[in-house]
Order: sequence, then C-alpha cells, then structure tokens
Amino acid sequence: MQLLNTLLIGITAGSIYSLMAIAFVLVWRSTRVVNFAQAGMALLSTYFGYEAVSRLGSFWIALPVAMIGGALFAALIELVLMRLLVKHASSGPIAGVAPIIATLGLLGVIKSVVTMIWGGQDLRIVAPISNNGFTINGETLVFSPLKLLVLVVVVVLLIMLSILFQKTNLGLALRASAHAPEIARLSGVRVDAVRTLGWALAGAAGAVAGLFQTVNGNGNFSPDSIEFSLLLVSGFIAAVIGGLDSLLGAVLGGLFLGISISFVLMYVSSGLFFIAPFVILLIVLFVRPQGIIGVKAGRRA
Amino acid sequence: MHKSKKQSTHLPLFILLGVVLFILSNFIEELRVSQGTTIAVYVIAISSIILLTGYSGQVSLGHGALMAIGAYAAAVLRLEYNLPIILCFVAAVLAAAIGGLLLGMAAARLSGPYLAGTTLALAIGLPSLANQFPILGGEQGREFKVGPPDFEPEVVIAEEPLTFFGNVLSILDKLQTTLATGAWPGASPMSTYKWWFWIAALAALISMWSVRNILNSAYGRSWRAGRGNEVAAQLTGINTARSKVLAFTISAGIAGLAGALLAMSIGTVSPSAFPLALSFSLLTGAVLAGITTLGGVIIGAVVLVAIPEIADVVAHRLGSSESVTTNLPGLIVSGLLILTVLFVPNGPVEQHRARKAKHEAAHKGTKK
Repeated sequence: MQLLNTLLIGITAGSIYSLMAIAFVLVWRSTRVVNFAQAGMALLSTYFGYEAVSRLGSFWIALPVAMIGGALFAALIELVLMRLLVKHASSGPIAGVAPIIATLGLLGVIKSVVTMIWGGQDLRIVAPISNNGFTINGETLVFSPLKLLVLVVVVVLLIMLSILFQKTNLGLALRASAHAPEIARLSGVRVDAVRTLGWALAGAAGAVAGLFQTVNGNGNFSPDSIEFSLLLVSGFIAAVIGGLDSLLGAVLGGLFLGISISFVLMYVSSGLFFIAPFVILLIVLFVRPQGIIGVKAGRRA
Repeated sequence: MHKSKKQSTHLPLFILLGVVLFILSNFIEELRVSQGTTIAVYVIAISSIILLTGYSGQVSLGHGALMAIGAYAAAVLRLEYNLPIILCFVAAVLAAAIGGLLLGMAAARLSGPYLAGTTLALAIGLPSLANQFPILGGEQGREFKVGPPDFEPEVVIAEEPLTFFGNVLSILDKLQTTLATGAWPGASPMSTYKWWFWIAALAALISMWSVRNILNSAYGRSWRAGRGNEVAAQLTGINTARSKVLAFTISAGIAGLAGALLAMSIGTVSPSAFPLALSFSLLTGAVLAGITTLGGVIIGAVVLVAIPEIADVVAHRLGSSESVTTNLPGLIVSGLLILTVLFVPNGPVEQHRARKAKHEAAHKGTKK
C-alpha cells in the first residue's frame, strides 16, 4: 500500500513537472533559449487565476483565464525582449550567457512587480474538489480526487498538444521552424510569428503548472513561496532528462523525476526535498548526458 | 602567477590602494565603513564570477551556494576547534574550492543553459542541507564572531585555553590595533566595523591582485582561447576540459573567501544569508562591471550596495506604500540586469573603450 501511495504521489507531482518541462522545451525549440523566467510567468499566471477565482468564483473559469493570460504575457515577452536580445547581444564574450542573464533578470522583475501589486503575503486558491484520499478496503490512500483531476487534466492537455503538433498545419510549421528555420522560411512559414506562438503555448502550459502546483500543495501561494523555485528547477531538470528537444521526452522526464523524488522522500529521508532533484540531475548527466530521448549534439548547443 | 619580465604585476599600485583605504577608514563615519566592508565582499565575489563567466565562459548561478560552503567551513572550524581567524579564512577558501572542483568536473561536460540550470539547482538545494546536519545549526545557523582583540567583551576564546596559534595571532592583532590607534591621532576610535573593513579590504586587494595576475597568465589566456573557440584551443594543445575545471575551482575558492567575509560582517552563518537572490545579484554585478573587465568590479560592487539606498530615497520621494519600498531594490537590480544585457552587453568600460577606438579611427580617417 505504501508502495502504491508513493508511486501515485510521484506520478501526480511528476505530471505537473512534465507541464513545466514542456514549457521549457517549447521555448527551447522555438528560440534556443532556456527561459529561466518560466517560473515567474507561472507565478504571474497563478495570480491571474487567483483574481479570476475571487471575482468569478469558479476554478473552472480561472484555469482558462490563467492560461490565456500566461500565453499573452509570454508572447509579449518574446515580441519585446527576445527580439531585442537577438538584435543587440548576439556577439562578443557575452553572447553565450546573454539569454540566460536576460531571462533571470526578467524573473526578478516579474517577482518584484507581482509583490508590489499583490503584496508578499500568502494568498489562497481553494481546490475545486476534495483533496481527501480515496478509501480502498478500509484503507485511506494519499491519492485523492484532486490528484486524479490533476492527472486527467494534464493528460488531456498533452493529447491536445500532440494533436496540434502531429496533425495540423500549424504543428508542422512549429516543427519545421524548430528544426530548420531557414528552410521553413524559404517554404513560406512565417518563422518569427511561429516563434511567438511557441512562447505563447509555453506560457499557457506554465500557467496550468503554476495553478496545479498550488492546489496540489496546501492551496497557499506567495511570490516567495518555494513551490515556484521548485517548479523552475524540477521543470528544467525534467526537460534535461528528456533531452530538452523532445515533448515526449519532457513528459517522461517529468514522470521519472516525480517518481524518483517521491521514492527518495519516502524511503531515504524527507529532509532531502530540495537537494534530491540536484543529485538526480547530476546522476542523469553523468550516466546518460544526451537525455532519455535526444541526440548528443543537442547537449552542446 | 606566471610573472614574465615584460608584464608588471602592479603590486605597488595595490599596496598604495591599501594604504589609501586604511587612512580613509580612520576618517569616515561608521555606516560608510560598514558599507565599505560589504563593497569589499562584493568585489571579491564578483571577481570570482568574472574569472569564471567572462574568461572561462562558464555560467554559474550557484556561487551563493559556494559562498555558503566557505562561510560554514569558517564558522564551524572557529566554533568547534577555535582556529585562529586567518586559518578559518584559508579553510573557507579550500572548502569552497573542493566544492568547486566537484561541481567543475560535472560542469566541464556541460555548456551554457545546462550548466546554468545545474548550478541553479545547487543554489536552491544546498542551503537546505543546513537542516540535515546538527553541526550546521539548522535555520538559526551558527555564530561567526570576529572582533578586534581588545574589543571582545563576550570573548568566546576565554572559555577555552588559547592555542599556540591563537596566542601568536592575538599578539599580532594587538600590535596592529596599537599601530592603528597610535599612529593616527585624531582618527575615529577603534571599532569592530573598522576591524571588519580592514580584513575585508585586505582580502579584496589580495584577491583582486591574484585574479588580475592569473587572468594575465598562461591560464587566463587558455581560458579565453577555450571560450572563443574550443576546437581551435584544443588544436593548440590546450586541455580545455582541465582548464575549465581549474577555472571553476579557483573561482569557487575566491567565492568561499567572500562567503566567510560576508558571514563575518553579519555575525552568523545561516541558510537565509545565502538566498538565490545573492547568486543573481552577483551575476548582475558582474554584468554591470562588464563581464570581461576586472577593473569594473568596483563599479558593480558599489552599484549593488548603492541600489537599496537609492531605492529608499526614490520610494520616499514618491511616498509609496511599504510593499513598493521593499521590492524596489529587487526591481531595480533585475531591470538593470536586463537593460545592461540589451544595450551595453559587454559592460560600460568595454563599451567606452570600443567607442573611443572607433572615434579615434574615424578621426585618423578624416586627417588623411
């Protein structure tokens, strides 16, 4: 029973990490930037969701509101910041680190502005359904209707995303611009617009991750809450485990990370919550540096 | 230090700077002296980033964690084994350098965003280890008291017999104190702040001097070569992997020194003294300084210390609410980071140099 519990908790947490990892992969594929501001964007979207819940009273309206808000904001960042960055800081010794530094700066700006607007105190989003565990044969599981819901929504979103990528013309354009921007441009794909779209999709995925990370925890969140730093690190690690270039890899990486952390916490020590992801990342990088799915060349990009 | 005959090591310049700082410290108010300590700490920490990122081309978001390693090493050795202060600082450098060596070995296999993410995970994860080991004192952390010898009312050392090293050191300390108070009539009285400033400033001068000479040595050249074009560097016979690990180790050691000094100026070592924001500030300082200009570190450090004060004044002028006031410094730091990367990507000093060179070239053109 404990084994099942640990596994289910790991899968739920892992599915949220997967969403965040997908956000990283989408941005990486469209602009070759690891967006460290992703956690800030998720934070901002969670506040959008909070406003929607407190005004409209329903989590089910808040979710799409947060997604649209997150998508618009991410698109805006790509249009304003990233294009300027490519124009100004693509040469000299700074070129390699400029995108990293710029997205980190953005993370700081978002966090400060959010704190200025909403204050630093804990706010609360109430989960739409109960987080009390299911009971099987008189034994109560840690797995709850809420966790099941998180899992279902994540799976639905993943299916929608894969339909978008595999079955539509837009998806074809997204894949083409990621792999061969020059050729895509020659065949009439508006690569710049497609890049912005990639960021927008990432913003929406990050928004869902932020909201679910909040309700899957105790429902409280604040700009300084460690949940968002954890989301940033776990999402990044999940993306790296998956090879950083593959959506399927991101999902597998997220699940792998979620389940391994869950097992470490249960069977080794619960105090290792923050250091465990780092150790898992190091092990993965040493054992299989190209990720679960991924080509070796990608690592040096 | 590879000292060649053509290149001077600028030792006299640094000694002169030290003397000027020493005299200055006796005639300015206490608040400024204590800010001077913070600036010195930042100068050391930022120069470690410049060595790593600007020269070796590796990004670290985990230097806050490396500083923490140094600080904890110094504090624990001081409290548990009562080592003399100077040895505590040496231990801080060594401990952080070992951490940096391990991290650097992982880092040499990674590049750009991978390295940034790995070190970020370290910066978030490592401070939580303080709760795992009782010797590190959990959230409260441990004390790290460094005071001028004549000035210790609640001397920790008095409880235990002094070691030989302790005796020698305390005599040296006394000598220095008398020298300071005796040689400068009219100087402000001796205080703990001044003592901290002397230690920090001396450490800053020593590390700046060392970093400067390392960067101008064969090592510095091999780092730059590897940063510019790794394959070409390998062709000229440079072991780029080893040279990257070396850069990481040296940079970490310097960061460890900065960490121990930071702990000294706070009085305690705790996880909250080394937040993620610290690593980000250091990176901001390095970018403001110009990521490849060692001379710029002073600009970076002064700006970092000045920003909270400027933000305070601005917030009061605007009469804004408390939540704005407390978050303005963070906003300014991050905003500056973005603006610098966008518009002066190689730092103000380098930018000015480039513009001057261009101007001169244009001038020559018209003369012809």
